[in-house]
Amino acid sequence: MKWLSDDKLNRLRMIVSEPDFSSTKYTFQKELGRGGMGTVYLCEDRELNRLVAVKVLNTPDITDDLRGRMIREAQIIAGLEHPGIVPVHDVGTLSDGRIFYAMKFVRGLRLDEYAAQGASLRDRLRKFQAVCDAVAFAHAHGVIHRDLKPQNIMIGSFGEVLVLDWGVAKTQSSFQQSISTNPRQSVANQTEDGTVIGTRDYMSPEQARGEIDRIDQRADVFSLGAVLRFLLADKATKPAKAICLKAMGEAPESRYTSATELSADIGRLLDAEPVLAYRENAVERVSRWVGKNRFLVLLVLAYLLMRIFLIFTSRT
Amino acid sequence: MSKPLIGVILGAVLGAIDGLTAWFTPAVRDQLGGIVVGSTIKGIIAGIAIGFFAKKFHSLPIGILFGVIVGAILAFLVALMQGGYYLEIVLPGTLVGLIVGFATQKYGTSPSPANS
Repeated sequence: MKWLSDDKLNRLRMIVSEPDFSSTKYTFQKELGRGGMGTVYLCEDRELNRLVAVKVLNTPDITDDLRGRMIREAQIIAGLEHPGIVPVHDVGTLSDGRIFYAMKFVRGLRLDEYAAQGASLRDRLRKFQAVCDAVAFAHAHGVIHRDLKPQNIMIGSFGEVLVLDWGVAKTQSSFQQSISTNPRQSVANQTEDGTVIGTRDYMSPEQARGEIDRIDQRADVFSLGAVLRFLLADKATKPAKAICLKAMGEAPESRYTSATELSADIGRLLDAEPVLAYRENAVERVSRWVGKNRFLVLLVLAYLLMRIFLIFTSRT
Repeated sequence: MSKPLIGVILGAVLGAIDGLTAWFTPAVRDQLGGIVVGSTIKGIIAGIAIGFFAKKFHSLPIGILFGVIVGAILAFLVALMQGGYYLEIVLPGTLVGLIVGFATQKYGTSPSPANS
């Protein structure tokens, strides 16, 4: 009897677990990532001759609920046409009955990888603002992401910021109606009260307690605050820390009311303007002004020094 | 705040400071009031010219250069009228022009171009 090597065994395992794309226009390339509900594969679109990311349900035992969730996820993303939200190209069914959807393949880095590469604080905050803008757009369309974290944010090769993984997103009724006319797919938000959804370090207290009904856009604001805390690491100034704390307030009422408001405060921080979350004292106000107008202050100082020099030379 | 207004305010303040420093020159101390008024007016004129230039032309180096030239010319004219103290008058006047040139380019609002 001949034993198979580990490499061969692993290869066989991979082939067995590969979804069968033969009935579609996609050719399997490799696995990109695995989540609770689905796995994302890199595939080649043979018709358009381009790479796409294809998300396929993990389990072949398809229930109507799972099917509905997957289609709903694709519809949510497709309904959010924004440069910061990865676009969906196609939705379909594999030969084994599993639902899949194809989306843009984003070449780039995850936000945590981007931060690890030593991006400056200013660049990180600019990227964070772009995340806020995409999330604010989703909120304006009645969609709450519920799983915002650095691993679900990509920085593309052109510097663009894309929010991914809308698999556990919660939709408000008006948007729910607009994305699906099939009552079987319109199961309201698909999550029962008491179910904990999200990632522990990034989820709001109400989300961690499984209070699904209390989750609104301020839960995403909390998660954005946690992402900001991650991005700031040890580089946080007092106003930046205050923004984090306000975004991550225990009670939803104590947080920023929207991602737009949070983004605006980050904008003020970047422009060396006073931020809503932090009341600065007179010394801090002056030092911020001096920091913002460094060159003008240097010019005036040079002028005064020159004046003093002229006074002394004219005396002698 | 508009760019010409920034120019006027900064020109007036720096011009007044410029004039006040005459107090350290005992020979002209008794004419201090006139010097301060004259210097402030000179600063205001420079500020208006540099501010309107900044409103029309958005370029930091050119704005600074224009400020330096205006400041130097006005200061030189004052020194000519005084018949002396060229270094003491032209050097600070030039630097005031530089500061106002920088500030009017960097700060203040310009009217946005109207839609045609």
